[in-house]
Amino acid sequence: MQYEVVIGLEIHAQLKTESKVFCGCKTIYGNSPNSQTCPICLGMPGTLPVLNEKVIEFAAKAGLALECKIRLNSRTARKNYFYPDLSKGYQISQYDEPMCEFGKIEIFSGEDRAKVLGITRIHIEEDSGKSVHGFGDKTAVDFNRCGTGLIEIVSEPDMRSPEEARAYLVKLKQILEYLEVSDCNMEEGSLRVDANISLRPFGQKELGTKTEMKNMNSFRAVEKALYSEIERQGKVLDNGGEIQQVTMLWNENLNQARVMRTKEDAHDYRYFPEPDLLPIEITEGYLADIKSQLPELPDAKMRRFSADYKLGKEAISTLVLDKNWSAWFEEVVQAGSDPVEASKWVTVEVLRVIKERLISIDEFPISPLKLSQLIKEIEKDSISKQAGKKVFDHMLDDHSDVSLIIEKLGLKQVSDTRNLEVIIRDIKEKYSTEVSRFQNGESKLLGFFMGQVMKESQGKANPKIIAPLIQKIIGD
Amino acid sequence: MTKISREEVLHIAKLARLDLSEQEVETYSEQLSDILGYVKQLQKVDTNGVQPLTHVYDQVNHLRSDTNRKSLNVKSAVQNAPDTDGTYFKVPQVIKD
Repeated sequence: MQYEVVIGLEIHAQLKTESKVFCGCKTIYGNSPNSQTCPICLGMPGTLPVLNEKVIEFAAKAGLALECKIRLNSRTARKNYFYPDLSKGYQISQYDEPMCEFGKIEIFSGEDRAKVLGITRIHIEEDSGKSVHGFGDKTAVDFNRCGTGLIEIVSEPDMRSPEEARAYLVKLKQILEYLEVSDCNMEEGSLRVDANISLRPFGQKELGTKTEMKNMNSFRAVEKALYSEIERQGKVLDNGGEIQQVTMLWNENLNQARVMRTKEDAHDYRYFPEPDLLPIEITEGYLADIKSQLPELPDAKMRRFSADYKLGKEAISTLVLDKNWSAWFEEVVQAGSDPVEASKWVTVEVLRVIKERLISIDEFPISPLKLSQLIKEIEKDSISKQAGKKVFDHMLDDHSDVSLIIEKLGLKQVSDTRNLEVIIRDIKEKYSTEVSRFQNGESKLLGFFMGQVMKESQGKANPKIIAPLIQKIIGD
Repeated sequence: MTKISREEVLHIAKLARLDLSEQEVETYSEQLSDILGYVKQLQKVDTNGVQPLTHVYDQVNHLRSDTNRKSLNVKSAVQNAPDTDGTYFKVPQVIKD
């Protein structure tokens, strides 16, 4: 039987703050174990948390970018559970009064069909520490991560396929990266995804029993895990069985999920208002201020790239994926390149190298200015497109002038009259006195003009070609 | 008045990771029942139009700026742990495979 798939996602994004949410410890990933801890984040008795104002700001930014309604008065809540990676015995989170609610996000999946998905809520909370296994019969705990500020973004169960879930994730990650509120690195765990999945017969209104899937560390893993769970649930239902409400852990290496806990041992969190923290109050003015600081978001940038640069859909969505890529592309255009040509170079060649070398665009060895110079050389027919690619590859390791590299590689087109014509016209404009003398019969000035052309063309102009060209352009 | 059952006491004890003796189960069952009975009595008060009070102070926020303060050195951080290798806190194994 064919079932309708219903997916909702819960995303935890680690906030890119200097200090933790309730104490001044650093938030750096990968530092030596327990080197960024203090009595507060270790949960020592008698300590008190003090809320980091940046966490409020980042949550408000995310809320505004996702078109949420932001609560002016919200509260933190205590979520009680015992686990070794959270030594206090509770997590400070938000419960019935989250900072942001009722948001939305537009995605494209499949045949470029736009779909609006609901955001249920965004709340702030603290991260737990990290359990490290493989110490014999012991588990080792590192509290460096414990107390790092998080936002949890909960979607409505609006996704109908793993592809939509992926498109949602890509878009959400993109927005959070644009806002610079999170690194969104799934491998390092600064963006974590939990998925709720259920099936129901088409046309049925009530949701089926859901299962929760955790521990998916890449977009690909999310898609694979969802497909696998949909298939499993479908088989159970086809055989007349019932779905058990369980939490499952995805194992990337085995390509399968296993049950982590059943409904019977589901947590009983006993939430209550956090007594150690005061209520959070923000003002309309504060929100207006945050709103004015929001960067151009992906949707707006896509519209602008389409209107201003007349780029194709594919090029736009690639460039806009990372705001540093699109900024880099715009620098190439500002340096004078044709936008369509520039977009081709950036999306094909530049991104290829970045991915091969595992570097960021900031580390890319060719500057936008240099790439625009190369594009100009091709536009001028000074070199062929084919040769342009060779020059590009060479430029990755050679920081000489573009023209010099063309020279070195001997790729310059010899019969390049168009280029020479431009040079000669420039000279004609520049030396008006000499031009009129030449036109009045002072033919020995041909030598002077030839010298200028040679100078301008860095000695590469062919004298046999330029002499008649000078006669043609300047002579009459 | 309904008494808090033995099962409920054991459930709460489990959530709090408490190991109770039979005598304690009995004692807490009575005490918790008394507390809930008192709350039941309070619930008779008409609270229509009264906002829930979660904090007694008439203050909000009290935020700190996002700046770093010195952390403990690792040795001090783990010194009170019942079990440590000088770097990590060691606890009984939590996931068995």
